[in-house]
Amino acid sequence: MDSKVIKTSKAEEAALENILLVSSSPHIRSNESVQRIMLDVIIALIPAIIGSVYFFGLNALKLILISIVSSVFFEAIIQKAFKKPVTIKDLSAIITGILLAFNLPASAPWWLPVIGSAFAIIIVKQFFGGLGSNFMNPALAARAMLLTSWPTHMSTFTGTRPDVVATATPLAIMKYGMTADGAASTTVEAATSASQSAGAELPTLMNMFIGNIGGAIGETSALLLLIGAAYLIIRQVIDWRTPVFYIGTTFIMLMLLGVEAQFLPYHMLGGGLILGAFYMATDYASSPVTPIGRIIFGIGAGILTAIIRVNGGYPEGVSYSILLMNVATPLIEKITSPKIFGEVK
Amino acid sequence: MKLDNLTFNGGVNVPHYKGLTEKLTLEKALEPEIVNIPLHQHTGAPCEPLVKVGDKVKIGQKIGQSEAFVSAPVHSSVSGVVKGITRMAIPTGLTVNCVIIESDGMNELYESVKPKGSLEDLSSKEIIEIIKEAGITGMGGAGFPAHVKFSPPSDKKIDTILVNGAECEPYLTADHRLMVEEPEKIVIGLKTIMKAVGVDNGIIGIENNKPDAIKALKEASKDEKNIKVVSLKVKYPQGDEKRLINAILGREVPSGGLPMDVGAVVSNISTTKAIAEAIIEGKPLYERVVTVTGNGINEPKNLIAKIGTPFKDLIEQCGGFKEGAPGKIIMGGPMMGLSQYTIDIPIIKGSGGILVLTEEEAKPAPIEPCIRCGKCLEVCPVKLQPLHLSKYSLKGMFDKTEKFHALDCVECGACSYICPAKRPLVESIRMAKREIIAKRKRNR
Ligand code: SF4
Ligand code: SF4
Repeated sequence: MDSKVIKTSKAEEAALENILLVSSSPHIRSNESVQRIMLDVIIALIPAIIGSVYFFGLNALKLILISIVSSVFFEAIIQKAFKKPVTIKDLSAIITGILLAFNLPASAPWWLPVIGSAFAIIIVKQFFGGLGSNFMNPALAARAMLLTSWPTHMSTFTGTRPDVVATATPLAIMKYGMTADGAASTTVEAATSASQSAGAELPTLMNMFIGNIGGAIGETSALLLLIGAAYLIIRQVIDWRTPVFYIGTTFIMLMLLGVEAQFLPYHMLGGGLILGAFYMATDYASSPVTPIGRIIFGIGAGILTAIIRVNGGYPEGVSYSILLMNVATPLIEKITSPKIFGEVK
Repeated sequence: MKLDNLTFNGGVNVPHYKGLTEKLTLEKALEPEIVNIPLHQHTGAPCEPLVKVGDKVKIGQKIGQSEAFVSAPVHSSVSGVVKGITRMAIPTGLTVNCVIIESDGMNELYESVKPKGSLEDLSSKEIIEIIKEAGITGMGGAGFPAHVKFSPPSDKKIDTILVNGAECEPYLTADHRLMVEEPEKIVIGLKTIMKAVGVDNGIIGIENNKPDAIKALKEASKDEKNIKVVSLKVKYPQGDEKRLINAILGREVPSGGLPMDVGAVVSNISTTKAIAEAIIEGKPLYERVVTVTGNGINEPKNLIAKIGTPFKDLIEQCGGFKEGAPGKIIMGGPMMGLSQYTIDIPIIKGSGGILVLTEEEAKPAPIEPCIRCGKCLEVCPVKLQPLHLSKYSLKGMFDKTEKFHALDCVECGACSYICPAKRPLVESIRMAKREIIAKRKRNR
């Protein structure tokens, strides 16, 4: 037996005292790690990445890669500049890169994700203290910035055909209506009649579900995004509460606001709702940590999304809703502090 | 009433690591040459020595006691000669007076160690006196004197005695083995407590991962209509008193309160067995089951060890350390146990285990910033918000930690265990608790 039976000599005991680690309990830790969680999110996004390349071609892949590389690059550079430890190993910058690219149209120029990721990583993430301290979702904040600064680049969507013809997203079709030559009609009545008369312009629900429609790179395929989301929920990376309450509330609110039943499925599957609800509203740093807070966050984002879609100036509304709820998060967290076990009031 | 798979809210699944010892029958440890018996191994006042250097003592002879109500006497675990009374480090981290006794190997019993008569003939008062004289304390770790627990103030109506067979700490199997091997004694112990406190409802709760223990106790208690055995879902910290009460009785011990505030008294398995022996054999608490285990030890065992036996002796009997240096030595389990800087310390009444982790296992993980994943909140059985408590504590904002109920933390470690960023959550909350209590004392 290769045991080292302890002798009681003073010297050996003193040696042992120098070896033994003394620390506070617990003495074992789970194998959860920040890196593992981020890796799970990346894994969950892979089906949608592959789908985006399939639907939008290599330009989508190019934008995604540029976005990832520049996010990681800016994270490393800014941490070096601030003389902070470089934490690109935690993989979170990669996720920001992917999500940012997912929000771009496939026809976007190459420099759009570069500027976007600089803004997301440097301003939104690192200026506020890095991973876990950013109060807004970096990718969404960057998207909003890009949309304000380069509205045309950000909202010229291409279809999924290889000849890359400019097209409109289903939600835009529903909101503005769309004549055969692509001119938007302005009134709601016109929209309804236009979309009815030009029914061929609205894609089939099946195409919407699998993602064969116009839109931002990563938001179109509900199916592939849901596969990834299921993985994240099973792995307990995200809480089901936020997305379920978000999407559920959007549905109910749209109904209450008088959206016709036949359009509701388009609203559910389009406009980045699935991407936003499962991958952005669940961002740890910018959403509440309390279980009830997460429900309120979902409901709030759902109400806002429905209102923006029906009454606002944009057809989509997911990003602004989430960003607004991000700002409200500290307050939500405060009022949803759980009642502790055995609390006596 | 539901009797199976009972549980509480929150908590976390931890790996059990019980396979190392759960099938190993109890074994008597070798007779120690020297025992160092601490005069203060319980919650409450320290004992004064009743012996002096050179005195001959026998097993079970009282060698220390205190006049205070909240205290428990200590007894010699060997027959032999008192070699000294000096201050020594003990596993709780304190340095206290210890009586050093050299064993003569004769194992002579002291005259007072004899059966105390049948339970039917003893009054509640007499039982409590026997328990007190036997020096019985909570053997699950806290070391609270049993006779105090069993004498609640008259305005607290107790209706149920719970025996805690959860043993939710990974690695430890001392209680498990006792349940399998001595279930009759546990039932007698429970009946004794029921009589002492004057209630006729006793429940033994056991985690589902010990089916043999559940079976043994069901069998042993089948003729007792006032005693029930219930199974508990395997989840950490199921063995925490308040979690156990919540799971079995559905009651919530109020913040800052005690089990007796909701009509319950909880007793640990080892304690319950010791109580039975105090009645039927007149045996004071001078030995206990210690699980010596971990990947850093050659032959893990469940040993019946005398109080005062040096850790060193038991480790040696278990084949010593495995090749390579041990990384950490812990008294108790890995979730709440205390790490030690030496093995020159004695087994005390609350030592359920000696756990030796390898260097690899003991390596601390690098700490990263909190990513606000909310997992610590999810697992906290008290529904605290460890991330905020910890943040405020590390910033020295202890008033804030008080508002966030730091004092309700049971220090179970579930939050630190789960945290993906490996934040020092319990550590910092513990610090906040100390500060809050110190401040309250200053302001008094
Ligand atoms: S588990 Fe750790 S990382 Fe997650 S919220 Fe709590 S402290 Fe932060
Ligand atoms: S805060 Fe305290 S009670 Fe809650 S999980 Fe952490 S150690 Fe346990």
